[in-house]
Amino acid sequence: MVPVLLILIPLITGLALFAIRQENTAKTIAFLASILSLAVMLAGMSIWNDAAHLTYNEQWIGALNSRFHFDLDGMSQLLCLLTTFSFPLIIYGTWGNRYVDANRFFGLLMLSQAGLLGVFMSMDALLFYFFWELALIPLYFLCSRWGGERRIAVTFKFFVYTFLGSLFMLIAMIMLYFKAGNSFAWADFVKTAQTHASSGSSQELAIFLMLMLAFAIKMPLFPFHTWQPDTYEQTPNAGTMILSAIMAKMGVYGLLRWLVPVVPAATFQYGDNIATLAVVGMLYASFIAMQQDDLKRLVAYSSIAHIGLMILAIFVPSYSGLQGVMIQMFNHGINILGMWLVVNAIEQQFGTRKISELGGIAQKAPVLTILLVVVALANVSLPLTNAFIGEFMMFNGVLGSTASQYSVIYAVAAGLTIILGAVYTLRMIQRVFYGELNTLTMNTREVSGYVQVVLSIIVVAILVIGIYPKPLLTLTSDVSQQILNKMILK
Amino acid sequence: MNAIILSAILGVVLMFSGIMFKNGNTVRNIAIAGMLILLFANLAEMKGYHFFDINTKNLLSFTRFGLLFNSIAIGATLMYMLVSSRDIVNVGINVAEYFALIFFVLCGIAVITAFQSLLMLFLGIEIVSIPLYILTGADKRNLKSNEAALKYFLMGSFSTGIMLMGIVLVYGAKATFNIELMGADVNPGRNAWYLSGLLLLLISMAFKVSAAPFHFWTPDVYDGAPTVFTSFMATIVKAGVFIGFVRLFEGTFANSGYQWQLILAIITAATLFIGNVTAVFQQSVKRMLAYSSIAQAGFMLFALFSFNSLSREGIILYSLGYCLATVGIFAVLIRMKDYTFEGFNGLARSQPVLAATTTIFLLSLAGIPLTIGFFAKYFMLASAIKNGAHLWLVFFAILCAVVSVYYYFRVIQAMYFRDGHAAIEPTTPGFRWILVFMAALVILLGIFPNLVLQYLYF
Repeated sequence: MVPVLLILIPLITGLALFAIRQENTAKTIAFLASILSLAVMLAGMSIWNDAAHLTYNEQWIGALNSRFHFDLDGMSQLLCLLTTFSFPLIIYGTWGNRYVDANRFFGLLMLSQAGLLGVFMSMDALLFYFFWELALIPLYFLCSRWGGERRIAVTFKFFVYTFLGSLFMLIAMIMLYFKAGNSFAWADFVKTAQTHASSGSSQELAIFLMLMLAFAIKMPLFPFHTWQPDTYEQTPNAGTMILSAIMAKMGVYGLLRWLVPVVPAATFQYGDNIATLAVVGMLYASFIAMQQDDLKRLVAYSSIAHIGLMILAIFVPSYSGLQGVMIQMFNHGINILGMWLVVNAIEQQFGTRKISELGGIAQKAPVLTILLVVVALANVSLPLTNAFIGEFMMFNGVLGSTASQYSVIYAVAAGLTIILGAVYTLRMIQRVFYGELNTLTMNTREVSGYVQVVLSIIVVAILVIGIYPKPLLTLTSDVSQQILNKMILK
Repeated sequence: MNAIILSAILGVVLMFSGIMFKNGNTVRNIAIAGMLILLFANLAEMKGYHFFDINTKNLLSFTRFGLLFNSIAIGATLMYMLVSSRDIVNVGINVAEYFALIFFVLCGIAVITAFQSLLMLFLGIEIVSIPLYILTGADKRNLKSNEAALKYFLMGSFSTGIMLMGIVLVYGAKATFNIELMGADVNPGRNAWYLSGLLLLLISMAFKVSAAPFHFWTPDVYDGAPTVFTSFMATIVKAGVFIGFVRLFEGTFANSGYQWQLILAIITAATLFIGNVTAVFQQSVKRMLAYSSIAQAGFMLFALFSFNSLSREGIILYSLGYCLATVGIFAVLIRMKDYTFEGFNGLARSQPVLAATTTIFLLSLAGIPLTIGFFAKYFMLASAIKNGAHLWLVFFAILCAVVSVYYYFRVIQAMYFRDGHAAIEPTTPGFRWILVFMAALVILLGIFPNLVLQYLYF
């Protein structure tokens, strides 16, 4: 029942919003619906936390043996929690942004939430593919309609890129379907992989590459990232928040659910290649981030570096590393959401995102500065913040992993990016928030109350998870162990 | 049988209705009512009610597959008439003839979907083609329309000639016209007559469905014909010929598949490539749709390439999805003053309903999930993967599908994201409601394709 509610609430709200003309009514309804989703999710994790409430399994297309099969295991719960937690913050945190045709904007926003939640809960490959695309289409319209100057070309590039990846994924899913004896069920995929030791077969390699391409584009993994900085830059801020906080996790989730346990032999065989790409991408993105003048592009590149570490920890696996990936998916989501909220607040007030044009904001807006600094420190994974837990566990996992003979080299190279991350993040704070006031920032006002509220919630979450991460770690411990058991290790 | 006889009778009725009623709208209403009768008659036959008891001497056989397609073709024509019949009335003076010809085309399609003897296939193709030559030239005072009609006629008769030669050669080798008897031969061997006849049949059918490299007539004819008839030709007629193509090769020549499968794979790849790549460079939406119809034919050819149960389901879904979407887009296009992409700029502002439904149709053509177009493509790709031979074709097809996104989304971008004042003729609420109904059908079948497919089996 919980999965059905989680999809229907945003879906129905999204469709209904197209009929509501008043901007504030639409915004309020969207906000209330997102709160309702969060409430349902929390109920699913507490009072309804049993199989009867958390799974839904009905016939969909009999001829294809495909089912409406949703299941909320630990990993799904974590990501659905991230999604339902982020949406109210996104809507409330950008409350002051004005949009033409606001009702459609929020309608598309809610539709993309329905798609995202569907992705995280589907246990049927065809259903998964369905929601994977359903999450993309509303965002395509959102970005192309309300984005920046170059929005049409940029979002089209983004769409074509991800559509290409999706189609390859579809082919892979069809191949797996025939391999698993005409079944789309995730459980059957995994069972087939465990029973047929088909390591090194060219078909498994093909499936691995096709799935990998789809997920690599979505996350994004170097060198498939070229759509990402442009898209993040041109998308309206609320859209960027969804793209980076939640949608990037679709790729990581896809790896953990649909790639690693489904083609374990190929994962083992080619894991080093992907891990190398991840490390190269981390270093590359960190260096590029240091050169950026646009706040959004800076955060975009830093996001590539952070996601790269998760990919590394998946392909150089260990229990600690996988647990780190799990918790870091959540952490990265809320941290980057905090960064975008600050960027949005700055853009709303000054009309620019150029680091070189800003300066000295701290003198006039101390509250914003304090909140930002906490978020930024979490972004460079300082102890006491949530990201420290995740990144520490991942580094620990990579170093301790027996899956790759290069694990030490990977860990050292990836460790460099933490230093580089500190360089670009702290330099950004220094140049935007400290230093001399200039003509533009002379009349800086403190950010509005609602931004403070939302940022405070995020800061509290950062600190709480940073000090007491156990609830989240317990949530995913079973799933991490299961995934690890299905992998082939030396 | 119901559909063949009734459509012929209704065609004659409409021809004479032109003498009795001078008002085009009356004729139009009669045609729509006739189409409804035809649809019910065909649905009744699917349920097992045969209105006419005629011994066809094994010349025709009425299978579920053929009857289901007939229902789709008639249903799609009904939709087409509901959204476009006013435009048919506006084409010229002899309104009743156009409607009568459309009924004759449907009669031909009903023959093609039921043929059991190669003679009947030939007859069906001719019954379809001749009315189309006339419809192409319906706009008598327009030079382009005349040119298109002549071109279509010459090319069409040429390909019919090739088909006849093919039939003769195959007959010479097998001494029968009956496709079932031919298909029963499990080891057809390397008989030169048989194989060259088969090749000629393949070429002539490829010609009729505008597969590359036999597609050259398509853009000119589609562009020159009155837009409202282009819509009919590019959708229902094309799908009908495809069903004949599938029936012919699946039943008759399946056993010699290894001899023609590679040829067909190359034809498919060429069709996908030429259709998609050329569509990218078009400036007129009408010409873009002409090339897109070639590209879509490339995907439909998968059904021939991989003859299995998935491909039969696939071609049914594909025909339906493609007909619905293309008829819908053409219905909007006819109303546009400017056929270029720029002509669509800002349509969403002035005509939100038209823009939204057109977007759904375009998404369906591009094969985005939640639309019937996705399942159509899904079944085609899955059938080819299940077949297992020539897997490169599958990858080639998805690359082409990505290219197709470019030109379909250009229209969406123009309607939604670019500023402009798209000039459009006024539309009635009824017109908009039918478009909404069609769009809803596209989405409904995109979630539950079983609603149609179950009729293949039960």
